[in-house]
Amino acid sequence: MSRITGGVIDRGTTLSFHFDGKRYQGHPGDTLASALLANGVRLIGRSFKYHRPRGVFSSGAEEPNALVRLGSGARAEPNSRATVVELFDGLVATSQTHVGSLRRDALALNDLLAPFLPAGFYYKTFMWPKAFWESVYEPAIRRAAGLGRLSGEPDPDRYGRGFLHCEVLVIGGGAAGLAAALTAARAGARVVLADDDFRLGGRLLSESHDLDGVPAVEWVARAEAEFASLPNLRVLRRTTVFGAYDHGVYGAVERVSDHQPEPGDGMRQTLWRITAKRTVLAAGATERHIPFADNDRPGIMLAGAMRSFVNRWAATPQRTPADPVAIFTNNDDGHRTAQDLLARGVPVAGVVDTRDDAVAQGEYRVIAGATVTGTRGRLGLRAIKVTQAGRSEWVDCAALGVSGGWNPNVHLTCHHRGRPVWDAALLAFVPGSDNPPGLLAAGACAGRGSTRAALADGARMAAAALAEIGIAADPCELPEAEDSASPPQPFWYVPGTRRAWVDFQNDVTVKDIALAHQENMRPVEHLKRWTTLGMATDQGKTSNVTALAIMADLTGRTIPDTGTTVFRPPYAPVSLGVLGGGDQGENFRPRRLTPTHHWAKAQGAVFVEAGAWMRAQYFPQSGEAHWQQSVEREARAVRSAVGLCDVTTLGKIDVQGTDAGAFLDRLYCNAMASLKVGRVRYGLMLREDGFAYDDGTCARLAVDHYVVTTTTANAGLVYRNLEFARQCLWPEFDVQLVSVTDAWAQIAVAGPNSRALLERVVDGLDLSNAAFPFMACAGVTVCGGLRARLFRISFSGELAYEIAVPARYGHALMARLMDCGQDLGVTPYGTETLGVLRIEKGHPAGAEINGQTSAAMLGLGRMVSPAKDAIGAVMSRREGLAAETRRLIGLVPVDPAARLVAGAHLFPNGARQSLESGEGWITSACFSPQLGSRIGLGFLERGEDRLGDIIVAANPLEGESVPVRAVSLPFVDPTGERLRA
Amino acid sequence: MLIPHPLLGPRDAQEFTYLGDARLLARPDGMAEGAEAAFYDYVYLRNNPAGVHRELWFHEHGDRSWLVVTRDTLTHDILGAELATDVVRRERPR
Repeated sequence: MSRITGGVIDRGTTLSFHFDGKRYQGHPGDTLASALLANGVRLIGRSFKYHRPRGVFSSGAEEPNALVRLGSGARAEPNSRATVVELFDGLVATSQTHVGSLRRDALALNDLLAPFLPAGFYYKTFMWPKAFWESVYEPAIRRAAGLGRLSGEPDPDRYGRGFLHCEVLVIGGGAAGLAAALTAARAGARVVLADDDFRLGGRLLSESHDLDGVPAVEWVARAEAEFASLPNLRVLRRTTVFGAYDHGVYGAVERVSDHQPEPGDGMRQTLWRITAKRTVLAAGATERHIPFADNDRPGIMLAGAMRSFVNRWAATPQRTPADPVAIFTNNDDGHRTAQDLLARGVPVAGVVDTRDDAVAQGEYRVIAGATVTGTRGRLGLRAIKVTQAGRSEWVDCAALGVSGGWNPNVHLTCHHRGRPVWDAALLAFVPGSDNPPGLLAAGACAGRGSTRAALADGARMAAAALAEIGIAADPCELPEAEDSASPPQPFWYVPGTRRAWVDFQNDVTVKDIALAHQENMRPVEHLKRWTTLGMATDQGKTSNVTALAIMADLTGRTIPDTGTTVFRPPYAPVSLGVLGGGDQGENFRPRRLTPTHHWAKAQGAVFVEAGAWMRAQYFPQSGEAHWQQSVEREARAVRSAVGLCDVTTLGKIDVQGTDAGAFLDRLYCNAMASLKVGRVRYGLMLREDGFAYDDGTCARLAVDHYVVTTTTANAGLVYRNLEFARQCLWPEFDVQLVSVTDAWAQIAVAGPNSRALLERVVDGLDLSNAAFPFMACAGVTVCGGLRARLFRISFSGELAYEIAVPARYGHALMARLMDCGQDLGVTPYGTETLGVLRIEKGHPAGAEINGQTSAAMLGLGRMVSPAKDAIGAVMSRREGLAAETRRLIGLVPVDPAARLVAGAHLFPNGARQSLESGEGWITSACFSPQLGSRIGLGFLERGEDRLGDIIVAANPLEGESVPVRAVSLPFVDPTGERLRA
Repeated sequence: MLIPHPLLGPRDAQEFTYLGDARLLARPDGMAEGAEAAFYDYVYLRNNPAGVHRELWFHEHGDRSWLVVTRDTLTHDILGAELATDVVRRERPR
């Protein structure tokens, strides 16, 4: 055990957890990393490429090494950073990236092959033969490389989504963030304080110095108590602000229940969309390391992380309490760690300081002007080689803290393409002048990192942010705090012949950077892609700036001349589950139900998705084994008796106003102003480029009142286009629009008995052919006073009507029509039968009006009126479209048993089938119960002149070639006797 | 993004459908001489500047207004938003 006294953990409670099957104990307040260290566990994983043994390297979000699989089964979460996983009772973690046991990884062989696996190795080695990449190389590499594996099972958890609005968003709950939140909240502003950690305080929890003479933890507790009393402040703990988006919108993930064994009924995580007038970024800084030979052994970690483990978590990094610990530093901060270690009773073997003038700041040995040039200890550090003035000695130590200075966490300042600038005094990139609008950086992330400076900066920036939005605020009073800040010596890496890791997660060494330099991959963007530096879960938080400095050294240029590291969202890994926010399965999109849905369900209907709608596809009856049987029965019922079909999903748009007719004349390619009141007309709409895009009926209920219907698929689009025409093109027209698709339930009543059936429900209207002929319409009442609209229109070619009632009566009307029509043979039918009937009648639908066909191709060229301006009319007459000679025709196979498939291409009989000889294609095909044969619709070159000709329908996918005969449309009732009966 | 709707105040861009260049407001007269050439330009030529751009947005999940939004495509700064109807009435007096 390596647990010492003190720390911000609750020793009164003991938590049990498992790592690689072994049981350990920790306390509330621990992270998985601190608990493992407290249990003396130092080997936690293997590296990505060389499978080198690795341990905890940091104490926060930047962790490159200690990635574990958390949980098991469907909840297993790979690549979880042990340094930010909050410990809970029953936590189960498993190490990753090894074959066999963690201690004896079979793929450690890769490490011996390292001389043959330099940067760019894949690009150079696996080039030949080309075909091997997908079939051999990539699968093998993918098996060997990579981080954790997904469970492959559906995510069992629920995710939430929330919206927050505030005047000031404070990102980070450390010294600067707390001072900013206090300042803003006391001024009465609406404040959101979001902190990554499960405990507020940031680095204050990791340091040993006091604030106003009391431990920093107590000062934080007082601030938290005040926060609780301020209703205008909302604190989001365990919340990572991962991106800065446009107009003050920030994305954040709150880990609501990741610190519990299971979320229970609650959310696992919540995606917050925070809209802030101003933002104070108080994201702190990340320590950087100094690459030296064999610097990746378990036990070597950032000196600041070591301080965190000792001070906050009372966990020391050695194997046993007697093992000494060493420090390697180029700045004073490393000495602070040595002091804190000594104060907590941890033996310090010495501080290796690159500075010649370094002196001890406590009772420990300082080796000044020295570097670490080697290490020993395969599965955990045992000794370091220290070189001073050309002389080397081995120093025994079980852990080494490395400090190379601190990099401000400028990430969010870059999310709008802002570029950080190099501060030569601080030796670090700090935010530039092009932050996202409204974002002010404060504290360590702005390069002002002493406790005193961070507190003052947080308060000052919050007051400045509030002033910008007209809220007066005084910076909060500040406690007395340490104010030491000394920049590091510009010492970036220890040269040598052995491998010195720069990016631990991607196994990128100083040598790899030198090789990239040698191979002229010098711009940072090339360096990254050639070596994989800065990729994967940590995105180079501990390596990017160091790599840049090494490249600068190799090129003999300054760091700012060499490049800048910029960052894109997300700041830290975000699970796809929370981005989806629970929009999966049946919640993937809204589902629209027709007014007769529940009725149809009770009849045993099979449903099909049509856009967002669920529509009855067919109504199987007992004894029907195949959908085809149901469809044939339904189709025969319509042709011989009467059928009912819910057609509510067709778009309906009410068009009213004195200019309604003139307006619709502009929208339809054919005339609508001339339509008589009480009549319906078929209408075709074109896009402005001249192609057809939607069709439907247009009914004139009054002089100033039309009802436009659209196809189901285009209901939204047509409405949008009508509004565009009304508001943007002809605002002078007196016309108003409203979509009434959902307001009216509409039922098609089709078949020779439809009149007889409707006479039983429509109140006192003469439905005789003379009084209510084909294409008549009227406002009526049904069932003794219910208002309704009746249209005599037909999609099937039979005597048919569509009747509309307010949507809430749709179910009742359907039931009434079924009751009244038993003796008339009434039969409900679904979309399959609807399709069969319309193909038999030769009506175009979505497959024919697919956005690539013109009115002329559809045989509707004469509808485009030359006498008026209408959308698409001019372009429909342009040369390219006027020269188009393919026409919609009917097709029947010469052999009645042969199959017709939509999508088949048409070729002249006997011709070689090629792109050049193609003459069209089949758009729709079905079996026609009426004709007892398969039939199809299709476009054929000069189709109207070739009726009776035999051509070939080819389906090369299945090697089919079927002789078919071109026939005239429609297949049924060519003279319209049934339609007008 | 937030779009400052002239009637409804700042609204989230997710409520809108984007169309593009506001030149689409200037539809040629289909009955005029040379209409085909004018329509060719109208249908196929769009401005797509890097910088300030006037574009059409439809408040589809809102009040169904068409807006002309002036936006800097480099910074996403929104410099103004007007009802398209008002723009047409002002710029194309009849």
